[in-house]
Amino acid sequence: MKRPVAVGMILLGVSILVLFFLNLLLGSVSVPAGQVWTILWGGEAENTIWQNIILKSRFPQALTALVAGAGLSVAGLQMQTVFRNPLAGPSVLGVSSGASLGVAFVVLLSGRLGGVALSRLGYMGEFAMTIAAIVGALAIMLLIVWVAQKVRGNVTLLIIGVMIGYVATAIIGVLKFFSAEEDVRAYVVWGLGSFARVSGGQVMTFVIIMAILLPLSFLLVKTLNLLLLGDGYARNLGLNVRRARMSVIVSAGVLVAIVTAYCGPISFLGLAVPHLCRGIFRTSDHRILMPATLLAGAALALLCNLIARMPGFEGALPVNSVTALIGAPVVAVVLFRRRKEDMGE
Amino acid sequence: MKREPTIRLADLAIGYTTRHSVKTVCTGITETVFSGELTCLIGENGAGKSTLLRTLSGFLPPISGEITIMDKPLPVYREKELATVISVVLTEKSNLQNMTVEELVGMGRSPYTGFWGRLSAEDRAKVGKALEMVGITGLRGRMVQTLSDGERQKVMISKALSQETPIIFLDEPTAFLDYPSKVEILRLLGRLSRDFGKTIFLSTHDLELTLRVADRVWLMSKPGRLQTGSPENLVIDPETGRFYFRP
Repeated sequence: MKRPVAVGMILLGVSILVLFFLNLLLGSVSVPAGQVWTILWGGEAENTIWQNIILKSRFPQALTALVAGAGLSVAGLQMQTVFRNPLAGPSVLGVSSGASLGVAFVVLLSGRLGGVALSRLGYMGEFAMTIAAIVGALAIMLLIVWVAQKVRGNVTLLIIGVMIGYVATAIIGVLKFFSAEEDVRAYVVWGLGSFARVSGGQVMTFVIIMAILLPLSFLLVKTLNLLLLGDGYARNLGLNVRRARMSVIVSAGVLVAIVTAYCGPISFLGLAVPHLCRGIFRTSDHRILMPATLLAGAALALLCNLIARMPGFEGALPVNSVTALIGAPVVAVVLFRRRKEDMGE
Repeated sequence: MKREPTIRLADLAIGYTTRHSVKTVCTGITETVFSGELTCLIGENGAGKSTLLRTLSGFLPPISGEITIMDKPLPVYREKELATVISVVLTEKSNLQNMTVEELVGMGRSPYTGFWGRLSAEDRAKVGKALEMVGITGLRGRMVQTLSDGERQKVMISKALSQETPIIFLDEPTAFLDYPSKVEILRLLGRLSRDFGKTIFLSTHDLELTLRVADRVWLMSKPGRLQTGSPENLVIDPETGRFYFRP
């Protein structure tokens, strides 16, 4: 690995550590840094409330943000490469719409059919929503994989994915129209996306699933590098393009499905972070881009979570707004600067 | 360098199979391509040049007939194996960004590299040699998006060389190039075939140039016919000569 790359990776790693600690430190209740440190390493805090805030609220939230950011960004990178489209992202294949559809069915129909508003069920309700999102997302993904076997062109597949997304959104619209107001509200809140929703035991499940899936997605680096060249060249270099495309779509789809199930649809990160990393590292080599995207995604998600929780906002800002508000200018600046450097050459 | 038959075609029919029909482009092709020679495929648009190249590269199944590559039938080759026998330079213009010339040429090594695609010292040396053979060592650190069309074509040829295949197919390598670059690219390919014993088979629209550089010319004409011969023979022949000198 070349030196600037190693330096970049280390910087990203350090910024994750710093941001993670800041996520534990900052919030509406101020806890002294020393105490946070003690609590983090399993020590007894002077105040049990502090301990509860850190361990039960801030720590799971930061961990969720870190893992979700990494997952979405890696999925975004895979999508952009496989579709050779800079605007591709985790949401393009309708996978996140699928998750929304699943949740909409459960949240909006349960009130009508079961007579109990799911939003009042608490923990059981959360669990049902997670399952519904996973089922919905995976169902759409299987549909896409099936379509991918039938159609040849990438652009066709991309358009079909977007169409499926529209259909899902339309069905959700109909469901909303016929639902009780409080159910619609519960659905809308889910749709805003949040790293804070995942609670206690679920965090560990989420983290473990992602800890298995993320390394698996790394197995595709050579495939992704070959896909960059275009189907013809990739095939001539010995790649089974159809199978490769399928594995990448499945890998990215599953990542998006899991993250969306636990955090709701988080927009923008998956689209922006790969561009950011290409700009910073000035490479298309996935052996560098993959780890870089993973780290940068985690760091950016932590930053967004931190800002969403800044004193004054008190958790009032939905993460989705923050990701776009922070992410868009950052990416624009990086791309703009690179364009100028290119012209200067 | 020895002149040996590397590609043998026996009663080959090429075309496209769709769900409902078979569209045959050219039939009854029985020909041989030799190593150490530059073979140029010419013909009007739609005569089937690309279809023939795609069929020979294994991208498209033949309608009927047999293709034998290096004494082995084409369908017997596994994907990875074929990647070490045939390399291609295509017309598709990839919008690659943020990749250096050296990295792109290094991609030619991927049939030989391991799971992560890391280049060994030996691979790097071969990349260096491939750059040198095309005379673009000076471009090695450049980003591919900053190259001119001619330079980019040389880089793709260099990629094909680093793939170390006995056979190289090029689909209209001189399209989009200005005249001096066309001459340069075709001369380069002629030299590569003669000096390194490569089998080079390319399609082109540059008739006069093929007369100067090709060892053998294949002419595809519209009603699905293929005639072959040395450039001079094709010009002298009254039937094929018309293709060269049109009133």
